[in-house]
Amino acid sequence: MENKIRGKKIRVLIAKPGLDGHDKGAKIVALALRDAGMEVIYSGLHQTLEQIIHTATQEAVDIIGLSIMSGAHLPICEKLIVMMEKAGLSDINLVVGGVIPFQDIPGLKEMGVSAVFPGGTSFEEIVHGMKDLFKK
Amino acid sequence: MIRLIEENDPKAFHLLQSLYPHFGKAFIIGITGSPGVGKSTIINKLIREFRKSDFSVAVIAVDPTSPYSGGAILGDRLRMQDHATDEKVFIRSMASRGRAGGVSRAAKDAVIVLDAMGYDIIIIETVGAGQSEFEVSNIAHSTGIVSIPGTCDGIQAVKAGILETGDIFIVNKSDKDGADVTMHQLTMIIDLANGNNWKPCVLKTIAHDGTGIEELAAVFLSHWKFMEKNNLLEAKKREHKINYFTSLLKDLTLEKLLLFMENSSEYREVLNKVLSQEIDPIHAAEQVVKEIISPFVYEEQTHEKKPNGLHELRVKK
Amino acid sequence: MGVAKYIKDERGGIKEVTYQSGIKVKPAYGPQDLEERGFTYEKDLGAPGEFPFTRSLHPQSYRSRAWTTRQYTGFGTPEETNERFKLMIANGQNGLNVAFDLPTQMGYDSDHPLAEGEVGRVGMAIDSLKDFETAFAGIPLDRIGSGLTINGVATIMMAMYQATAEKFGYSKEQISTTPQNDILKEMIGRGAWIFPVEHGVRLVGDSIEYAVKELPKSNPVSICGYHIRESGATPAQEIAYAFEIARAYIDNVVKRGIAPEDFVGRFSFNFNVYGNMWEQIAKFRAARKLWAKMLKNEYGVTDKKKLFLRGLFGGGGSGLTKEQPENNIMRGAYYALGAALSGAQTTALCSFDEAYTIPTPRSALLSLRTLELLMDEVGLRDTVDPLAGSYFIETLTLEMEEKILEEMKEVKKLGGMVNCISSGLIQRKVSRQAYEFEKGLQSGEYKKVGLSSPETDKISNDAANNKSGKTNVELHEYNEEWARKSKANLKELRTARDNKEVEQSLAALEKAARTSDNVMPHLVKCCHAYATVGEMAGVFRKVFGEWNEPDFY
Repeated sequence: MENKIRGKKIRVLIAKPGLDGHDKGAKIVALALRDAGMEVIYSGLHQTLEQIIHTATQEAVDIIGLSIMSGAHLPICEKLIVMMEKAGLSDINLVVGGVIPFQDIPGLKEMGVSAVFPGGTSFEEIVHGMKDLFKK
Repeated sequence: MIRLIEENDPKAFHLLQSLYPHFGKAFIIGITGSPGVGKSTIINKLIREFRKSDFSVAVIAVDPTSPYSGGAILGDRLRMQDHATDEKVFIRSMASRGRAGGVSRAAKDAVIVLDAMGYDIIIIETVGAGQSEFEVSNIAHSTGIVSIPGTCDGIQAVKAGILETGDIFIVNKSDKDGADVTMHQLTMIIDLANGNNWKPCVLKTIAHDGTGIEELAAVFLSHWKFMEKNNLLEAKKREHKINYFTSLLKDLTLEKLLLFMENSSEYREVLNKVLSQEIDPIHAAEQVVKEIISPFVYEEQTHEKKPNGLHELRVKK
Repeated sequence: MGVAKYIKDERGGIKEVTYQSGIKVKPAYGPQDLEERGFTYEKDLGAPGEFPFTRSLHPQSYRSRAWTTRQYTGFGTPEETNERFKLMIANGQNGLNVAFDLPTQMGYDSDHPLAEGEVGRVGMAIDSLKDFETAFAGIPLDRIGSGLTINGVATIMMAMYQATAEKFGYSKEQISTTPQNDILKEMIGRGAWIFPVEHGVRLVGDSIEYAVKELPKSNPVSICGYHIRESGATPAQEIAYAFEIARAYIDNVVKRGIAPEDFVGRFSFNFNVYGNMWEQIAKFRAARKLWAKMLKNEYGVTDKKKLFLRGLFGGGGSGLTKEQPENNIMRGAYYALGAALSGAQTTALCSFDEAYTIPTPRSALLSLRTLELLMDEVGLRDTVDPLAGSYFIETLTLEMEEKILEEMKEVKKLGGMVNCISSGLIQRKVSRQAYEFEKGLQSGEYKKVGLSSPETDKISNDAANNKSGKTNVELHEYNEEWARKSKANLKELRTARDNKEVEQSLAALEKAARTSDNVMPHLVKCCHAYATVGEMAGVFRKVFGEWNEPDFY
């Protein structure tokens, strides 16, 4: 128990970029990550990419998890990755969840997205997927 | 940097060492109170007031770590979105990580970092105002305790002996019924307080529309001035340093002791006796201290001072 | 989502059934169940069309008129939306249900930086009156009513609808518009909120007051339990929270000196139909009864017609699955059956492909036919409230009433809906429930057909499947052309209009917003002057600020 509380934590920013207001997925994943022992910062709705970068910097997170239900994942990730580099956050892992067609996954990975969790991915898969990012 | 501190990374301690001489200029405000009273909303508006006077502000928002999973959701930021892109505002969320008082040592160290970085005002937000070493009043120069009408929070807090630690009592959501009653109750009880130089006051606010916040900010700033003028700030800082150092000592010592005891068969023997109720815990504890731990302490005293001091505790055969 | 919890024995026999709302179901019901509860026909049911309307709002229900169907339309440009409107009307739809794109919903013009990638994607892009004129061109606005799925800027869209009608020669007294206009539910479960809670409620109050005085055929508020349910609320909570939200709006308007009798009759509701069928039926029957009782006993409304729980019972999206999407055709049919058995006045049904794409014309028509089949072929119009008198259904309806009242009591205890939402209590509850349900689904505690049988996954005959048998999502291609066109139109508009008039009308709007003056007449003037949505919403942002949402955990 002590180890659970004191040990190294994974800090995750769960962010909702853009105007889309469907946050149920983001919120339940946040709860699942908390139950898996991670420290989760939830950004709230209607975030600009600048706000996300700002938050990720101040909160020194290990992972930025974008929840995108609007279909705009490709342009959003493309932009954010450039901004992350400029802000010196290239060592942060970017992961994406939400409404993501399978055929877009390779493109996202190529851009630099570390993992993609399309809607329907189980909590277990998400938690393992995130933890695996640090097993290198 | 704060991340390194949280992870107990040794690099952090070296960095802290170099920063430590530079810390001590910031004014540290603590805001505490039960969940849901509006602390984050108040802080959001306070930041705006302080920014009007061009103070740079850092906020450490502490949320509880789940005792079951060790994880946490840190959501205080949500209420402070007005300052999302202000370069002179820094908001950092931290999990309590098991500290019952609601503030971890890492948070205390984070304050040092932010102070050394030059933020004029640092606000720590936490739940709970208990007596453990790291609770807010041991870090903050000025502590605000927030309650809402209709609950007995403020009164409970006062009764629980927080009287001495609260400098400013805030009744938020004061547009609700019972606000005046709560205010009067608090005022009465505080009047009975021992004679601190600073007279704690009670303020009414309605955080979500900003009512009372300008006054609140002004009160904090005047408290700051008051303490500086009367050399109270120095005294407080001194007290904090002593408390912090003592608690660090306690912490480190306990950590080492526990580690060592886990490896000690004698200790385990005694523990088993306690579990089977052969001996009572008080005697058992005394026994452990007298027969297992103390000999080292006495041994250390008669031998030459070892350079590492506490860092080595050997198991007695 | 929404399925009951079944505890089975080793042979697959059901030992326990618990509905989402918390009600346990017995293997069999009989007359003693009703006796125990003191059930009487007069008190608990009433004849169809009689207080408390448990059976039906109207004596004849579907015998006199089949339900109204309203499928959503609206995407891309106003021109395309206009075409789709005309198609649906030609195919028998008798009311329009309009969707707007996110920038419009959030009060931004198509050329605002935040609008990037969103113009026309999830609905129609509306920047000014000109766009509305295009969208509603040739539509007989005195005969066809329009539901507008708009909330944060509902006041603006209502004003714009009126201005459009006036431009086409209709009077505001002739038109019928139903903006969703339920900002409190946005804050719980849909996310398209802008201003802080009290200001959001003020705007709703303004629109209701205005509708009472100036728009006699319009329904200014459609309270949506629907989205609250989609975010994790139980069926009982869906009704309870909707009623408490209604209460918040009623109280706001009553404070302005308007009697409830004068406006509550125009409230409509939007409720969801997915999940366990019996639970939904009991829910709707209980809801009709409780709403009538609430208005009569707590607000002194006496006119029978004004006690009606009018509304759309439909949707069901949360019950659909991405996997084996054709199962959703059947799901939709059963959900619609439940709605029909409940006597739903108005309905809409999610398309089978809605779980992974914006509905194609074909799937939208399939949904329409599903609804038609029930009315015209299978026999749901034959008699009113056919399940009345069933020991099970009547017992369940009574139990559902109790649950709903319990939930309402809790909200009251916590200081009312506005309080609960400002402090995040409802959001917290609902997210937690959603989380628990999802966990249960993933662990197998709750069962969705087609998800728990991996062998049959492979047999699924959707051509879009990839190797693993999971359905791929397909999205409407975002059309850059829409954004380009909208932006070009905006540019042209800003030069062609009388900017002085715009300035003046916006200044008057600001003044009204800062005081307690009703903003609606000023908005109508702004619309006529061709002020843009962004400009009008910008005034509100300036005066009210934006909401900082509370934590949810």
